[in-house]
Amino acid sequence: MIINSRFFNRTELIGFVALALLLFVILPLSLDIFRLNLVAKYLTYAFVGIGLVLCWGYGGILSLGQGVFFGLGGYCMAMYLKLEASSVANTKIQSTPGIPDFMDWNQLTQLPFFWKPFHSFPITLLAIILVPGIFAFIIGAAMFKRRVGGVYFAIITQAIAAIMTILIVGQQGYTGGINGITDLRTLHGWDIRTDHAKFILYFVEVVLLFGCIIAAQFIRLTKLGRILVAMREQEDRVRFSGYSVANFKIFAFCAAAIFAAIGGAMFTLEVGFMSPSFVGIVPSIEMVIYTAVGGRMSIFGAVWGSLLVNFAKTSLSESFPQLWLFGLGALFIAVVLAFPNGLSGIWQDYVQPHIDRLLASRKSKPGNGFPVADGAPAE
Amino acid sequence: MSDEKKPGLRSPLRRKLLMGMAALPAISLLPRTSFAEAPPTSAVNTTGLAVTDSEVTVGILHSVTGTMAISETGSVEAEKLAIEQINAEGGVLGRKIKFIQEDGASDWPTFAEKAKKLLVNDKCAAVMGCWTSASRKAVLPVFEQYNGMLYYPTFYEGLEQSKNVIYTGQEATQQIIAGLDWVNKTKGAKTFYLLGSDYIWPRTSNKIARKHIEGHLQGAKVVGEEYFPLGHTQFNSVINKIKLTKPDVIYAIIVGGSNVAFYKQLKAAGIDLSKQTLLTISVTEDEIDGIGGENIAGAYACMKYFQSLDNPNNKAFVAAFKKMWGEKTVIGDVTQAAYLGPWLWKLTVEKAGSFDIDKIAAASPGVEFKGAPEGYVRIHENHHLWSKTRVGRAKADGQYELIYETADLVEPDPFPKGYQ
Repeated sequence: MIINSRFFNRTELIGFVALALLLFVILPLSLDIFRLNLVAKYLTYAFVGIGLVLCWGYGGILSLGQGVFFGLGGYCMAMYLKLEASSVANTKIQSTPGIPDFMDWNQLTQLPFFWKPFHSFPITLLAIILVPGIFAFIIGAAMFKRRVGGVYFAIITQAIAAIMTILIVGQQGYTGGINGITDLRTLHGWDIRTDHAKFILYFVEVVLLFGCIIAAQFIRLTKLGRILVAMREQEDRVRFSGYSVANFKIFAFCAAAIFAAIGGAMFTLEVGFMSPSFVGIVPSIEMVIYTAVGGRMSIFGAVWGSLLVNFAKTSLSESFPQLWLFGLGALFIAVVLAFPNGLSGIWQDYVQPHIDRLLASRKSKPGNGFPVADGAPAE
Repeated sequence: MSDEKKPGLRSPLRRKLLMGMAALPAISLLPRTSFAEAPPTSAVNTTGLAVTDSEVTVGILHSVTGTMAISETGSVEAEKLAIEQINAEGGVLGRKIKFIQEDGASDWPTFAEKAKKLLVNDKCAAVMGCWTSASRKAVLPVFEQYNGMLYYPTFYEGLEQSKNVIYTGQEATQQIIAGLDWVNKTKGAKTFYLLGSDYIWPRTSNKIARKHIEGHLQGAKVVGEEYFPLGHTQFNSVINKIKLTKPDVIYAIIVGGSNVAFYKQLKAAGIDLSKQTLLTISVTEDEIDGIGGENIAGAYACMKYFQSLDNPNNKAFVAAFKKMWGEKTVIGDVTQAAYLGPWLWKLTVEKAGSFDIDKIAAASPGVEFKGAPEGYVRIHENHHLWSKTRVGRAKADGQYELIYETADLVEPDPFPKGYQ
């Protein structure tokens, strides 16, 4: 077991700097505000991707229900924004002014109790972390303590995603139903719809994203991260060595859920609404695909994967409105078939060796400074 | 039918339309000078929309992929037909219409993203689009923020009115009240069983229906009300309840694929729609295509348009539609409403003498379209359309036979007093 003494090795440092350069400098300077806002939307999925790298790539826990946590985070934020947009003055046309419009349409005459805390901004911020975190803890505890894992766990998370969608759609008086929560306007009195606000929100999001990248990298480098990898490779050996496998799994799953929730909350801010279409099975699987395309072993890969797949989605659908889904499908199949480790695999297999050789020949030093490749079995 | 009342008004336009269609192949040969009367761009476009001396760009925003594609394709086709016909007539203020089509992919945020693209990037002078209420709700803030103009074709639940939207379909009261009055009067219906898919449109519509039944129809009452998740396919238990309560009317607002299961199971359970009155506001000719005419024959639908309407406008429209998109296509209520979008926009622009959104919004009330396949329509101050309500009976061949239509245009009332 080699634990890297440095926080980033050289490869990762290059990746970190390149990504920072792209997101902080190149994109804001080169894109107009509409495209920048789209990039911001793509990046919200990168949060989910980073979580999946930890929980799936390292921990070996495939969750097909990340949309649930993305949605919970997004809904928490949307509830706060909706309450702010539903002031008595804005809603005087309704039979009960002061409650969100969809409640009025559904004959509710007062705000449901679970909406009331969302009048407060600090509580909302807490809820964005805590609600999905606690929910993930409950699911994780219920499953992992009973040693449910692998495919069964994936199926159960998928079922939870389906249940969640049906619940939200069915309880439209409380949740906005299939329309979702729309027409969000201000955050703590600050209009989030202006170009200026979109610009600032983009940077807030990128800063948060780097916060998550660093947090994920930190988790990965600690002993905990190594145990996760060990668990993925040989769960029983870890258990027989005296570790509580379930607790580590629960931790990884909760961390992934919280990352996803932060992404969801940012999504609501960037896009201006939240709906059950991000909660269900299909979006959850899409999120796994972004991670797979980026490379499930690579934190940066998850970010690149989310960016590129969504970019392809937008540009293909703009150019070929009727055929783009086929193009996208072909892209997925090609990537998974030809490059099972995704984009980061391509980088490591084809680009990295060239760079290494270049550097090695210049310094004429053997490249033994490299640590064990990411994700290699920890034995 | 009633369209015969205003033949003098309608025929010149129809002639123009037919001439326009005949001139289609020759249109590319027309010299630019034929548009010489076009006013200068600087005068008709003061807000930087995509208008040049010869062209104006509009957007088409529907789902052509995903679960809604089956419903929205008809709207896309109708809008393209209308644009082609308008271009054949010489365009709008001397400018040809160019359209940019985007796919909403049956996904509400994608609608919002694409709407923003059409308005911000492409500077579309108008957008024809959306189908579901959810997609409209998603794009509405975008249209209001960037001051765009949306022509929305679907019949919907009402409770909305925006400067930036023209609703070319019916709001709920236009579709419901006249139909209930009709069934009460001609069938003597007193007991109603309300059914619906579980989302905002059926729920709001049934709320209005219940208020009308209980408040305005003498001695009538609702004997049951039930909702099913979208995509639901097991209707046996509710069919049993219907058999027990024996309502005079089954009032069904079931949407999408669920319809197929519902009508097939109804038939299998021995409920004969030629004896049991069933009134629906959610099954157009498009849906019958999936349900099968033999499974729904005898049911009544309350719409504003049926493909079988017997008037010259509609005959020309159906012929042109089939010529462009194939003999097998069917035309439902929403498809016709989508066809109105580009025409109403053209007429409004010409009335306003400008492409500016604010001027169009202000000029819209009072704009009338005499060439509408459904007959005559006019835009109300609340940006909805005055149009007639019609009741048709489904036939085994998948078409509706017109049974009843209101004598006058029905006023749109998106915020009906006493029905909320």
